[in-house]
Amino acid sequence: MLTADDKKLIQQVWEKVVSHQDDLGAEALERMFITYPQTKTYFPHFDLHHGSDQIRSHGKKVASALGNAVKSLDNLSQALSELSNLHAYNLRVDPTHFALQLLSQCFQVVLAVHLGNDYTPEVHAAFDKFLSAVAAVLAEKYR
Amino acid sequence: MVHWSAEEKQLIASVWSKVNVEECGAEALARLLIVYPWTQRFFASFGNLSSPTAILGNPKVRAHGKKVLTSFGEAVKNLDNIKVTYAKLSELHCEKLHVDPENFRLLGDILIIVLASHFARDFTPACQFAWQKLVGVVAHALARKYH
Repeated sequence: MLTADDKKLIQQVWEKVVSHQDDLGAEALERMFITYPQTKTYFPHFDLHHGSDQIRSHGKKVASALGNAVKSLDNLSQALSELSNLHAYNLRVDPTHFALQLLSQCFQVVLAVHLGNDYTPEVHAAFDKFLSAVAAVLAEKYR
Repeated sequence: MVHWSAEEKQLIASVWSKVNVEECGAEALARLLIVYPWTQRFFASFGNLSSPTAILGNPKVRAHGKKVLTSFGEAVKNLDNIKVTYAKLSELHCEKLHVDPENFRLLGDILIIVLASHFARDFTPACQFAWQKLVGVVAHALARKYH
């Protein structure tokens, strides 16, 4: 459960990166495709080369959804409801070793790369919880 | 046997050569205890783990973190023989320490984030790939002798 302190830290961190959130989204996706090649199976229709327009635009979508989630920390289920439906009924990304956990790891690596020491253990803990909560909501309707 | 490309070996060695094992090990273990507090169950004898500040400053955590990462260095030196290198440690973690192997995966992921925060852009996607592969192989080797 996200505590009040967690929520504050999450919002503070997002403030620091909001101006280039689209780049971070694209970078996280790119790292995910390189580090965990099995995740490419969900994007057979994409050009997955470095800097591809599709990765850029999809990264922007993902970052924007996360940005929305950061604004709705008290009500993630409702804020992510549409995306939850999408993942359950259309995308059906494997929820057990949820590719989202892999994306979460890559997103945190990107934050660590950009924030260095500012990605403190406390921030790390809060953000890890946040991404877990997002993944859980997205997997809510699978069955 | 795990296959390592020449590039992977080079990326692993190059990052490792710049790692301060004591600092990095201490930080990785501290973060494990902070981000996944249930892992504190293995460290009841370590004293004050009541807050992130306490954990980060705890000398037993620092010392143990250094020990763990030093041992990790053995994997880096023996990439072609990780299974054998960790056989005894695997038995120890099963029979004496009773550690659920899932914890090895958690620590591996944390180590990656620590490296990313230290090396920033130098921790390229290719670096991350090689290192995630390495922590995965180490975790697997440590779990191998469980019974």
